[in-house]
Amino acid sequence: MNGLKKALGIFWILLGPASIIFMFIQAIEKVGLAPEGVAKTNTALQWGIILFIFIPISAGLVVFGYYALKGEYDKLPED
Amino acid sequence: MNVEPQKNSIFKVIGASSLGTLIEWYDFYIFGSLATIIGSQLFPADAGASALINTLAIFAAGFIVRPFGALVFGRLGDLIGRKYTFLLTLVLMGGSTFLIGLIPSYSSIGYAAPILVLILRLIQGLALGGEYGGAATYVAEHAPANKRGFFTSWIQTTATGGLFLSLGIIVLTKNLLGAEDFAAWGWRVPFLLSILLVGVSIYIRMKMHESPMFTKLKTEGNISKNPLKESFSHKANFKMVLLALFGATMGQGVIWYTGQFYAQSFIENTCKVDFNDSRYILLWGIAFATPFFVIFGSWSDKVGRKWIMLTGMLLGIIFYRPIYQIFLDDTDVTKIEQKDIKEISNPVVTKTLIENTSDSLITTTSQVTLLSGASFTKIQAHAKYADLSKPESISPDAFKDKKLSTPVFWKFVFLIFFQILLVTMVYGPIAAFLVELFPTKIRYTSMSLPYHVGNGVFGGLVPFIATLIASFSGSTPLSGLWYPIGIAALSFIIGAIYLSNKKPDHGEADH
Repeated sequence: MNGLKKALGIFWILLGPASIIFMFIQAIEKVGLAPEGVAKTNTALQWGIILFIFIPISAGLVVFGYYALKGEYDKLPED
Repeated sequence: MNVEPQKNSIFKVIGASSLGTLIEWYDFYIFGSLATIIGSQLFPADAGASALINTLAIFAAGFIVRPFGALVFGRLGDLIGRKYTFLLTLVLMGGSTFLIGLIPSYSSIGYAAPILVLILRLIQGLALGGEYGGAATYVAEHAPANKRGFFTSWIQTTATGGLFLSLGIIVLTKNLLGAEDFAAWGWRVPFLLSILLVGVSIYIRMKMHESPMFTKLKTEGNISKNPLKESFSHKANFKMVLLALFGATMGQGVIWYTGQFYAQSFIENTCKVDFNDSRYILLWGIAFATPFFVIFGSWSDKVGRKWIMLTGMLLGIIFYRPIYQIFLDDTDVTKIEQKDIKEISNPVVTKTLIENTSDSLITTTSQVTLLSGASFTKIQAHAKYADLSKPESISPDAFKDKKLSTPVFWKFVFLIFFQILLVTMVYGPIAAFLVELFPTKIRYTSMSLPYHVGNGVFGGLVPFIATLIASFSGSTPLSGLWYPIGIAALSFIIGAIYLSNKKPDHGEADH
C-alpha cells in the first residue's frame, strides 16, 4: 500500500497543474462564446471567481502529491 | 486526557452548542432562500453593474469567505478559548442578519443598498467559518473519546436543521402575510426574527464553561502562541490538513450540497415541478433522514469513521445519474398519451406586442389534468410578424407548474431521502473525524480550514458549477452532475488509500 501511496503522489502532482490548464482553457472558450455586454462581463467574472478559488486548491493538491511521494503518509499519527 | 462528564452536563453542552449553530445555519440559508426577492428589492432591475454585484454577493460571496472566517476565528479560538470565540461569531452572524432585514431598498438609498448587503453577507460567511469549528471542537472536547461520534453528530444535524427551519419560517411568514405583502416587506421578517433567536442562544451560551481540554492547556501554559503558523507551516500538521481536505471534506461537501440544494434546484428548474411541491419533497426528505446523522455518528464510534464516510461518497458516485434520470423521466410530459388525459382547460390566449416593433407574441396557455392526478401548465407561443410575407415563428411547447401524482410525489421524496441519507453518512461522523486528526492546541484552526474549503467552496459552489456545466453547448440536463461525481470520486480514491480507519478506545488518551 505504501508503494501505491507514493506512486500516486506523482499523479496528484501532475493533476494539480493539469486541472488549472483545463480550467483556463474552459474559461477562455466560454468567455469567448458569451455575447457582448453584461453577459460577457458576467461570464468573465464567474470564471474569474472559479480560477481565483481553485488555483490555490490545485497548488495544495501538488503539495499533497509531493508529501505522498516523499512517504509522509506511509504512517499517520493515529496508526 | 480522558473526559467523562455527567450525562446531563454533556447534553447541556450539546444543547447550547447546537442551538447556536442551528441559528447560524438558519441565518446563512434564509439569504439564499430569499435571494430572488432580495435581488428585486435591493438591486435595480435593468443595470448591468447591479446584476454583477447581485451574482457575486448573493450566490458566492458568503461561501467563498468561509475559509477566511475559519482562519481568523480558528486562530482566536486557539488563543483565547472556544467559548468566547463562538459567542463572538454568533453575535456577528445574528447582528448582520438582523441588519440585512433593516437595509432600505435600492429606490431609497441607491447603490448603497447592494453594497451594504454585500458587506453584511461577507460578515455572515466569516462568522459561519468561525462558528462550526468552535461548536464541534467544544462538544468533542467535552465528550468521552469513545462517544465523540455520537455526541458531535448532534452538531451535524444543525446544518440540515437550519435549512429546514429557514424553509419553514419563510413558508409560514408568506402564508400568514400573503404573497403581495411578503414581497413588499414581509421578506424582512425572517431576518429580523433572527435577533430573538440569537439573543436566546447567547444567553444560554454565556452560562457555559470553557472546554476542559482548553482550560487544562491554558492552566499548564501550553496554549499555542501562533496557531496559524503551527497549523500550516509545520509539515506534520499541514500534511494532515491537506489529507482532511482531499480525502474527506471535499467529497463530503459535494455530497451535502448535491443532495440538499442541487436536487431541489434540479426538480424545480430543470424538471419544472411546482414551487410548493419541490419544497415539500425536500422538507419530507429532510424530516425522514435527519435522525440518521446521529445513527451514523454513533456507529462510527464502533466501526470507525473512514468507511462510513467513503461509502456515502461511493453510493453518490454510483446512484446520482440514475436518480436524476428518474426525476427527468417521471416529469417528462411529452410522452403522455391521449388516453391518460382527464381534462384540458379552455386555452387562455394572450397577445403582447414585441418591444420596439409592430410584431406580436401570441401565447396560448392551458391547464392539463391527468387521470393519475398529476397536472401541468402547457404553453404554446408563436410570433406574428407585421410584415405578412414573413412566416410565423412557432416555439416548441413549454411546460411548467407540474404537480406530481401521489405515487410519483412519494417516489421523489424517497429519492431525496436517499440522497440525504448519503449526506448523513458523510457528514454525521466528520466532526469527530476532524477533531481526532489534530492536537488540542491548534485544533480549532486546523480543522476549520479543510472543513470550510471542502464544505463551503467545493460544496457551496455545486449548484453554480453544475448549472454552468449543464449550460454548455452539447451538454444534457445530467451533465452538471459530473462535477459532484468527479469530486466525490477523487475524494473517495484519496480517502480509501491514504486515510486510516481509527476506532476510538475507551481508555484513549487525547493529544
